[in-house]
Amino acid sequence: MEILVVENIVKGFGGVTAVQDLSFAVSKGEIYSIIGPNGAGKSTVFNCINGLYRPDSGTISFGGRDITGLNPDKIATAGISRTFQNLELFSRMTTLQNLLLGRHVSTTYSIWQMLTFNFRNSKAAKQEILQREKAEDVIEFLELEPYRDRPVFSLPYGVQKLVELGRALAMEPDILLLDEPAAGLNHEERQDMIFWIQDIRNELGITIVVIEHNMQLVKDISDRVLAINFGQKLVEGSVEDVLRDQSVIRAYLGEPAL
Amino acid sequence: MRLKRVYFEDIRLFKTTASLVWTLLFLLLLFLVPFIFKTYYLSVVNLMCLNVIVALGLNILVGNTGQISLGHAGFVAIGAYTAAILLQAGVPFVFTLIIAGLVSCLVGAFLGLPSLRLEGPYLAIVTLGFGLAVMVIIGRMEMFGGRMGLMIPRIDLNWSGLSYDRTLYYVFIIITILMTILAHNIIHSKIGRAFQAIRDSDIAASVTGINLVHYKTLSFAVSAFFAGIGGALWALYLQFVTPGTFSLMMSVLFLATVVLGGLGSVTGSVLGGIVMTLLNLQLEKVVTVPLFGDLIVFLSDTIMNPSGIANIRWVLTGLILILIILYEPHGLNGIWLRIKRYWNLWPF
Repeated sequence: MEILVVENIVKGFGGVTAVQDLSFAVSKGEIYSIIGPNGAGKSTVFNCINGLYRPDSGTISFGGRDITGLNPDKIATAGISRTFQNLELFSRMTTLQNLLLGRHVSTTYSIWQMLTFNFRNSKAAKQEILQREKAEDVIEFLELEPYRDRPVFSLPYGVQKLVELGRALAMEPDILLLDEPAAGLNHEERQDMIFWIQDIRNELGITIVVIEHNMQLVKDISDRVLAINFGQKLVEGSVEDVLRDQSVIRAYLGEPAL
Repeated sequence: MRLKRVYFEDIRLFKTTASLVWTLLFLLLLFLVPFIFKTYYLSVVNLMCLNVIVALGLNILVGNTGQISLGHAGFVAIGAYTAAILLQAGVPFVFTLIIAGLVSCLVGAFLGLPSLRLEGPYLAIVTLGFGLAVMVIIGRMEMFGGRMGLMIPRIDLNWSGLSYDRTLYYVFIIITILMTILAHNIIHSKIGRAFQAIRDSDIAASVTGINLVHYKTLSFAVSAFFAGIGGALWALYLQFVTPGTFSLMMSVLFLATVVLGGLGSVTGSVLGGIVMTLLNLQLEKVVTVPLFGDLIVFLSDTIMNPSGIANIRWVLTGLILILIILYEPHGLNGIWLRIKRYWNLWPF
């Protein structure tokens, strides 16, 4: 069953067309990778899907519902969460607070109920405790216990990446968009990241779309791969087929010298 | 070592029994103040209460949401004039207070709209313009008494059986405590978390499902509500309001209060409000300090124009602000936390 369908989207910035008439569909429960050289338009595709950009034309539907052009918070509420290439964390807040923000949409109490926040049996306090338990589940899943109460700017880069992943997971999304999850990680951290991503799909059943430059990671996790260049689809298919495809090799390495 | 066992321990107002005991002692002290000190000091505490309430609100906007306002005196003015008109019309004080807060809150929500598009210096200019405009508009309108301002009748406090000044003191203290708890709850609830998320990264905030329009407007509205309540109390405290009171200087001093106290912290707002009031009232007396006072008089006589000595408190306030921010970026709250940590570990 196709959970995310992107049809003929176009996105330009002034004279530059970043995405040209791109279509693809992601099935429920699969790990779908998008690869391509720098500037190919991969991140622009993510930004269109989760509402940071509004595509010039084309439609994006999620779970059968048209989400093209909705605001990012509406799309997040619908069940799409993401991480960023260059980390977008709430850096002065603690790991726990970052994860609790992932629970923001599910935390349901009004501004009036907030007034009784300090009483143990109030709706607000019960909600806070419930969301705290959910956040603690994520902390346990990603083994973030040592960093729970530390502001995230003080954490090592690899841990910050995990916190961002955790925040996205805390939203209990149906689909998770990961923008270069292994960028800036060392070999060991990258191996760990591969395990986390596989665990997220296998244990939590979350569909994953991943943008990545590291071919090792792409090979290890992907069910299907989409290669794009200059905002256009080059080829789509299994890992082996895509990585062996002549157009993909040309996109990365250029024309062979005569 | 004391370990927490349930998550509620992170939510409740008093995290430890010790903090509860200290707070109760502090409240007892506040209760006893009118029986120990002269009436003059009651009015000093009242002034502190005003500054604390406005600082609490401004800190939510600046420290927590990361927006800026150089026009907060405008909200205070709106609160004060609303209260003045309602009290003249004979509306009971409790309603006056709430309506003054709500009117200011509404205007705040409108001013919040440009903040959706503007950031940093641009927003500063918009709010600056707002503050100045409010002052000028009020000063030109007949119903607000123009430049002469409005007189405010004393409210009926005979029910307490105490003198007017003492009762007014208790009224101010109770309202300040309620506003402090309100600010604490806002900051520590999901609303405050959303504010801080916007401060740290509005892109990430929007992709975690935070509605930026809603929360930025809410932050301005909440902040203006506090300023409106502060303004109503201001009217009551001064017994008359003139447009000149709510000058740009007032807005800037509120901002200084928040930074001095510590951005984003309730304790910081309270400490900042208290210390800033004291600085304002007491710094003029620095000329009576032996040696240092003589030096300042000498400097102002030789370097500054004759008005220099009268403005010496601004020079010193500026100097103190610079020193505190240089050596303690977290403001008075940072110093407070360090003292607490020291005593927690004492005698090691």
